[in-house]
Amino acid sequence: MADAPIFIDPEKCRGCKKCITACPFDALYMEGKLAVVKPDECRACNACVKACPFKAIVSTAAETPKADLSAFKGIWVFAEQHQGKVQEVAYELLATGRRLAKDRGCELAAVVLGHNVKDSAAHLIAAGADKVYMVDQPELAAYEADVYTDALNQLIAKYKPEVVLAGATAVGRAFFAKVAVRARTGLTADCTALSIDKESYLLHQTRPAFGGNIMATIMTPNHRPQMATVRPKVFRMAPPDPKRKGETLIEALKLVAGNTRIIKTERSSSSVNIAEAEIIVAGGRGLKKAENLEQLKRLADLLGGVVGVSRACVDAGWISAAYQVGQTGKTVCPKLYLAFGISGAIQHLEGMRGADTIIAINTDPHAAIFNVADLGIVGDLFEILPMLIEAIEAKHNGAK
Amino acid sequence: MHIVVCVKQVPDTTNVRINPETNTLMREGVESIINPFDEFALEEALKLKDAHGARVSVVSMGPPQAEVVLREAMARGADDVVLLTDRAFAGADTLATSYAISQAIKKINARPDLVLFGKQAIDGDTAQVGPGVSEFLGYPLVTYAKSIKVEGDTYTVETMMDEGVDVIEGKLPAVMTVVKEASTPRFATLSGWMQAKKADIPRWGAKDVNADLTMCGLDGSPTKVVKIFAPPVKTGGTRMDGREQPSAAVDAIVKLLQEKGVA
Ligand SMILES: Cc1cc2nc3c(=O)[nH]c(=O)nc-3n(C[C@H](O)[C@H](O)[C@H](O)COP(=O)(O)OP(=O)(O)OC[C@H]3O[C@@H](n4cnc5c(N)ncnc54)[C@H](O)[C@@H]3O)c2cc1C
Ligand SMILES: Nc1ncnc2c1ncn2[C@@H]1O[C@H](COP(=O)(O)O)[C@@H](O)[C@H]1O
Repeated sequence: MADAPIFIDPEKCRGCKKCITACPFDALYMEGKLAVVKPDECRACNACVKACPFKAIVSTAAETPKADLSAFKGIWVFAEQHQGKVQEVAYELLATGRRLAKDRGCELAAVVLGHNVKDSAAHLIAAGADKVYMVDQPELAAYEADVYTDALNQLIAKYKPEVVLAGATAVGRAFFAKVAVRARTGLTADCTALSIDKESYLLHQTRPAFGGNIMATIMTPNHRPQMATVRPKVFRMAPPDPKRKGETLIEALKLVAGNTRIIKTERSSSSVNIAEAEIIVAGGRGLKKAENLEQLKRLADLLGGVVGVSRACVDAGWISAAYQVGQTGKTVCPKLYLAFGISGAIQHLEGMRGADTIIAINTDPHAAIFNVADLGIVGDLFEILPMLIEAIEAKHNGAK
Repeated sequence: MHIVVCVKQVPDTTNVRINPETNTLMREGVESIINPFDEFALEEALKLKDAHGARVSVVSMGPPQAEVVLREAMARGADDVVLLTDRAFAGADTLATSYAISQAIKKINARPDLVLFGKQAIDGDTAQVGPGVSEFLGYPLVTYAKSIKVEGDTYTVETMMDEGVDVIEGKLPAVMTVVKEASTPRFATLSGWMQAKKADIPRWGAKDVNADLTMCGLDGSPTKVVKIFAPPVKTGGTRMDGREQPSAAVDAIVKLLQEKGVA
């Protein structure tokens, strides 16, 4: 293992450097006229093998003996529910799951874990599930990582799905990581694109890495199921089709009660879920100080929207992290996103580029936010914001 | 009480840039830091130590340079540290990383009371290693802790969920992951630094922790990266200069809002 997963034949290498350019990991360098690999950096992606015009590079990574993977069939979507209400991300995943199931030529199933959740089955079938696996037991009444893991792993062991997907929510992210380890398989977090490879029929899982500076496509070739989480709002829901037919299987499982319990839940009424908002009036460091968020709030109220912010505002302590848009905040896809004094760092764009219409106001003509804006205004927010508020107030008054 | 904290050294991703010609990461000049979330995990451990007395051990897996973060942890008050480093660990995904770290934890103590992680590492952003280790150790998992209290063998933890805060109670041992809403990390003291600078940092390889090589590094990683590329850039739409005549800009915004039916 300590050897590099590739071998560069010094007889064949001509020093053309094509491999150096091809390597995504900076794992190759030139020593005189020969390419040399840094064994610790090489990830055996074989990009250099394909790039070398002289066939000087060969892969030496041991082919993992193919386990019998043919027993694994079907695509599953974990349908997270809170108090019986299925979370929207599950419907988004079912819409994507339909496309994947068609490309793979297989069945799409939803999995529900909970207590008194039987009503959800009809919604899941209308949203695209061919089958619903349901575990409806008191042990699952509240989310607990260990009990949920036990339940889902039992189902996976019994029915052997080929692909299992979940929303990258607080719940999905945590217990899916346990499920994947227990099943000794891979898990790709926070995917932004999923597709079935036309030749291998493997799931291509694409996600941002290194703070969104780079995108990586990941596969799980030799282990099953192939597992991934996807953030809410990355995919679109499809309109429900109440005429769809599907089958519901109620599974009775032997579950060991967990050893943690929830003694209190605090759901602050003021906490808005910006991920669900249709209109977001967002601000960044350009606002200069916390008090100026008031003006954003005023505009948001006038437009019937909510306030969102860049991480700079959260780091400055102006507002809670619940309002942060972006890679480490929320992914949003409102109809309208207004950005005041936001530079448009890649991590911020990651969370909002899905908005239908983006309007950006920034003093810096070169701000990256303009690259995604439908209307980009080079200007001072302290001039434009008050005037905009006034204009809209005037319209409201005029309409009365 | 014995607490193990897992700390990762990460590139300061705010400064990572892509070489537009080769599509590769430009790592030169990028500073390495303690993963910010892990500082909060260490702080929770040190607070428990202040309150009840505890041994705090810190583990990091990475290249030999990662030693720096362990010295920093010692300077802040960790009792002992260990660096897991071996070529056999290179290229590990979250499954292989969780395995290697759990082997190291088992060697430090077959049954520590509490094992703490940051919520996620800012280079990978996966948040999978803490939950993964909880599986390998067979410990219950509590995620997104913002405060941890322990009385006897009972813990009470406030956790940050999507819609608010849950308060969770349970019995040790446990694995927990810690969010940034927890207490502000302390600074290292000068005397702490003096000691940490001199300390010998033990290094363990795969053999030292009895790791099964087929479960380590690239070989032990089910996920394979098959392609790396720069994120697509959308080219912007209408651009206007509102510096001379802000009112014209405001008119343009109002017009667009009207078109979209929101004003
Ligand atoms: C791993 C990682 C994850 C991250 N996750 C996120 C995330 O989820 N969300 C996020 O937002 N960031 C995230 N960041 C941070 C991100 O890289 C940026 O630092 C951040 O988005 C910058 O916020 P900003 O645009 O408000 O501030 P700045 O970059 O400082 O931009 C302020 C802008 O305001 C403009 N401005 C100043 N004055 C005025 C004025 N009077 N009128 C108009 N415009 C004005 C300036 O021209 C400038 O463009 C992350 C970073 C890392 C490393
Ligand atoms: N190489 C490592 N060494 C020590 N701890 C790690 C390592 N990788 C991940 N961790 C821990 O696991 C947490 C989650 O990391 P990740 O799953 O990569 O987002 C981090 O905050 C660390 O506490």
